[in-house]
Amino acid sequence: MTRVMEEGDVRRALRRIAHEIVERNRGGENVVLVGIHTLGVPLAEAIAAAIDEFEAVKVPVGELDIGLYRDDLHRRPIHRLGRTMVPVDVTGQTVVLVDDVLHTGRTVRAALDALLDLGRPERIELAVLVDRGHRQLPLRADYVGKNLPTSSDERVVVRFGGDDGVWIEHL
Amino acid sequence: MADLVLKGGTVFGPEGAVAADVAVSGTQVRAVEPGIDAENAIDVTGCWVGPGLVDLHSHLRQPGQEWKEDIASGSSAAAAGGFTALVAMPNTDPPIDSGHLARYVAERGFNGGLAEVMPAGCITLGRRGEALAHLDELWEAGVRIFTDDGDTVSDAGLLRRAMEYLGSLTTDDDAVVVAQHAEDAGLARGGHMHEGSVSSRLGMRGIPALAEEVVVSRDLALVQLTGCRYHCQHISTAATVELIRNAKRAALPVTAEVTPHHLTLDHGAVLSMDPRYKMYPPLRTAEDAAALREALADGTIDAVATDHAPHASHETEVPFEEAPRGVIGLETAAAVVLTATDLDPVTFFERMAVAPARIAGLAEHGRWVEPGAPANLVVFDPESRWTVDRFKSKARNSPFIGTELRGRVLATVFNGRVTFQTERALR
Amino acid sequence: MTTTHLLTLDGMERSDIEDLLDLADEFVEVLARDIPKVPALRGKIVATLFFEPSTRTRLSFEAAAKALSADTMSFAPGTSAVTKGESLKDTVQTLEAMGADLMVVRHEATGAAWRVASWVGVPIVNGGDGAHQHPTQGLLDALTLRHRFGKLDGLQMAVVGDIRHSRVARSLITACTTLGARVTLVGPPTLLPLDMTGWPVEISGSLDEVIGDLDAIYMLRVQAERGGSSMFPSLPEYVARFGMDRARFERLRPDAVVLHPGPINRGIELSPEVADDQRSLILPQVANGVAVRMAVLFRLLGDHSG
Repeated sequence: MTRVMEEGDVRRALRRIAHEIVERNRGGENVVLVGIHTLGVPLAEAIAAAIDEFEAVKVPVGELDIGLYRDDLHRRPIHRLGRTMVPVDVTGQTVVLVDDVLHTGRTVRAALDALLDLGRPERIELAVLVDRGHRQLPLRADYVGKNLPTSSDERVVVRFGGDDGVWIEHL
Repeated sequence: MADLVLKGGTVFGPEGAVAADVAVSGTQVRAVEPGIDAENAIDVTGCWVGPGLVDLHSHLRQPGQEWKEDIASGSSAAAAGGFTALVAMPNTDPPIDSGHLARYVAERGFNGGLAEVMPAGCITLGRRGEALAHLDELWEAGVRIFTDDGDTVSDAGLLRRAMEYLGSLTTDDDAVVVAQHAEDAGLARGGHMHEGSVSSRLGMRGIPALAEEVVVSRDLALVQLTGCRYHCQHISTAATVELIRNAKRAALPVTAEVTPHHLTLDHGAVLSMDPRYKMYPPLRTAEDAAALREALADGTIDAVATDHAPHASHETEVPFEEAPRGVIGLETAAAVVLTATDLDPVTFFERMAVAPARIAGLAEHGRWVEPGAPANLVVFDPESRWTVDRFKSKARNSPFIGTELRGRVLATVFNGRVTFQTERALR
Repeated sequence: MTTTHLLTLDGMERSDIEDLLDLADEFVEVLARDIPKVPALRGKIVATLFFEPSTRTRLSFEAAAKALSADTMSFAPGTSAVTKGESLKDTVQTLEAMGADLMVVRHEATGAAWRVASWVGVPIVNGGDGAHQHPTQGLLDALTLRHRFGKLDGLQMAVVGDIRHSRVARSLITACTTLGARVTLVGPPTLLPLDMTGWPVEISGSLDEVIGDLDAIYMLRVQAERGGSSMFPSLPEYVARFGMDRARFERLRPDAVVLHPGPINRGIELSPEVADDQRSLILPQVANGVAVRMAVLFRLLGDHSG
């Protein structure tokens, strides 16, 4: 496996994303961060912590499991359904979905469906730590930690919460 | 010149087992000795050659229910199971309660030529349990075993009269047997399996062991009174075994049979919900099965009888409670007995051929192999392992499908003719 | 669950039961939303085959299917000319040919769902077979207790009534004892199972003796349609000895709860004020039923491995 982001790289990327979110959203008012299970959740919490630190704004953080919205259940079985819990009403808010890797876009599509069943946000934006390309749907991220061109026979591994980093594994 | 020679087996004669060849001419055994020369010999190395098996209890379903089985297919199944004679139960449609119906069955069996089919006759008219059947007509037609099998004769007064009447027809060497399917209707009502821990777990209504024991107990008292020969069909409980044991100790003319499935299966099998495990009497506890095996070994139980009960697949592909009772058994009986018990070969033939023939009064069958004996023989490979999967019977309702059994019929000889042989035998 | 069917709770591992209850909790959340619907089983057909009369359970399964965006097919004998005289086997194979992806089967014959599972290639849910098992009922009862008490280990429970003829009781006993509850069966000898060898329960013939120590009490229906009423001398006598009337209700601990599978025979198992009291969990049981059935349908249909 080749390491492409060190712990410090991840930290700086998340701080930059936090700043970008605040810039684009008038200081972080009416923003809700929603992390997509599994790693999107701690990433969203880290971004919220950073925003609180430099802007003194407490952005609410929710979590979303897209297991009930996937279109590929027959190919990738679900073993554990995670919690879906957003602490505030999303209607009228700007929801920033947070995920670790943006790849085909199918996860994001399912997350959009799930989010729209929870309420009517005014805007939905997407923040990802890594964009590895190979989109199968017309979706893009608004905030990207690192652009990582990859080939289809490679796998991107993200760790967060101890020995943080991003690796590329050749399959 | 012999018509048939069985070469290289272990032959069971009146003095016991001997390594020898058997030569058959016409309908008789001509010679039993080593080194018989023959062109058309069947190689029976490693096999037992003994009296053809006799089944005291088969349902051939003809007349009236031929979609399940008929005398021809039943006889074919019998031959495949090593049987040269079987007693056909009278719960057909119409039931065998008069002479011409008994002759119908016997003739059909005779014309088939695969086994001797001896019809049993009903005790009561129409098996309704109200009035006696035409007992002397049936006797004239050759019936020697009388039973309402499928139902119990519950009217003790009626049973007593049947026993006294039939007792009067009996001579010393031509005896009549009253056989009882012991099931007290009141105690058994609504039950589908053994009443016990498994039925409680399944919430299914059960048939208590007592349903069999109360009938046997009462019947033995009638035997005591009338002296009529009495045969206990398909016994299933340890307590019934004790009743039989005590009756024999008291020198009552009582005999008993057990089915192969009661020797090896128990009510736990019903947890599968599969009607292949639904029969009467129901499969009981493992302790009961152990008591039955012990009683078979020590002779308290005289005979193995299959209670071969064919049902069509559309009748058994239903929920357990809706399925008819009974399973087939002619083609697996010998193998199941050998696999489930450790009977020595002599006792094996005693229980499966000699004793049943004696009970039924079938003089040409169940005879130890010796020159001059009728050529009703079975060749049995006691070491062959096989998995049950196909049947000559029309039916497939067997609890042993997919089971590996030890012991297999290689060939069956009836009246000097080979009625069944496997691939190996043909080589 | 390692099988592709839900036929019985008997023999299920504790962890499998807990997994299903955890999954059901996710669906409790979905059902609390403004739009209580997810697209997880879109395009799937759930068929209900109820050979015994039931409106509540069938509707509950149908609600669960619809909340998962599945389509439903409902079969009840006697309502279709096609089905007159048709065997169970032919019926289910026809439904499979018509596109049913899963079948829920309720039948008066023990083991009917097992037989159906042997005739078709789709997942089968046992909606109740004879007096044997009603697994989704056992699960929703366990979930209701879990919501109230957090966990069932050491919980003192009594099940009162016609246990002998009750599939609800058997499933409940299996689920709750597997999860660690201490269960006492209360009823006259004619309504207790004949042979309880190995059942992990206590027995009592007197409701009054045990009632003061209970955390939860489960009242079974008097089943007149199953011949239950012929098992004791008279209905008033049954009510006097085993009914939950006001006097007994007042002897229940204030933090104890009452459950019932429904529909209630008011004035027989339960006096009306008991049914309506806030210690009664009867309505939560119903709500949890939909969530539990969603979890079962999702697990069986949305979770193919390989």
